[in-house]
Amino acid sequence: MKFLRMRPGYGEQLIAEGDIEVGEDAERLVAEFRRQLEQGMWAAIPVETETGRREAELVRAFDEIPRTADRVIFFPRAAGGAR
Amino acid sequence: MTVALCATAIVVIALLWEVMLPYIDRQRQRRRARRDARERGEGLAAYDPGRERRAEQRARELLRSCVNDEEWEMYRDLGLLRVWGGESLDKELRGVPYAYLIYPHKPIVAYLPQTGRLLNEYCVEFPDETKPYGSSRLPDSDDVLAKWMALKGDERRLISTANMHLPGRQVDPRQVQRDLWRLGRWERERLERHRRASSGAA
Repeated sequence: MKFLRMRPGYGEQLIAEGDIEVGEDAERLVAEFRRQLEQGMWAAIPVETETGRREAELVRAFDEIPRTADRVIFFPRAAGGAR
Repeated sequence: MTVALCATAIVVIALLWEVMLPYIDRQRQRRRARRDARERGEGLAAYDPGRERRAEQRARELLRSCVNDEEWEMYRDLGLLRVWGGESLDKELRGVPYAYLIYPHKPIVAYLPQTGRLLNEYCVEFPDETKPYGSSRLPDSDDVLAKWMALKGDERRLISTANMHLPGRQVDPRQVQRDLWRLGRWERERLERHRRASSGAA
């Protein structure tokens, strides 16, 4: 599983990678996931439905990430724009 | 007299030290951040005119890998994405289908596809306050992808976060109407191409 983060002036950056089934990797991924959320990121997982449609899910906890997901994309949380 | 002067000097130095300490800390942190960035190969000092372009290229690739083929072609050809609405406006519309137009770094526009009537503008941003290159603004395609993922993943959350305005506040309604017309024509042509391709293959 890869953790990617959108960055201004860069595009997406690989911030963590590991096998969720391996204890050490999973711990590292959990720590990184929490760190990103604490930094104010939203976490999304691109998914494909049974009909082949591409969708996205927002997750708020590491446990919500499907075991089959191959990447999690972090992006800054939404804020109301120009008033 | 000398003792008094020395004591005064010591007090002044101590007070100055207290005042200067936060400033020195900030400078030290900045130096450390610049050194870390250099070690990571990010090179903050040198301005790189190609950086934004490469960032946008990466963002486009990521967008392409996440959205449907039709949506990717729509963005590539028209510079916008249409996402069908799921729930947020349902109470007001009582089941009438509605959709959103996503533009890079512009408000999301909600409209009724059947009539072309514009409903609302939702002003939303995704500012990255770490400002790695001095700006909090994501590349265009990342901004579009962030909106797409947020709408698909939790439409209600995104819409409730956004500042809602009547159409025309930031996006020219005539431009949106032109875009809807372009979108309709684009869909017809795409459908025709697919029809021809499938009949040719048969």
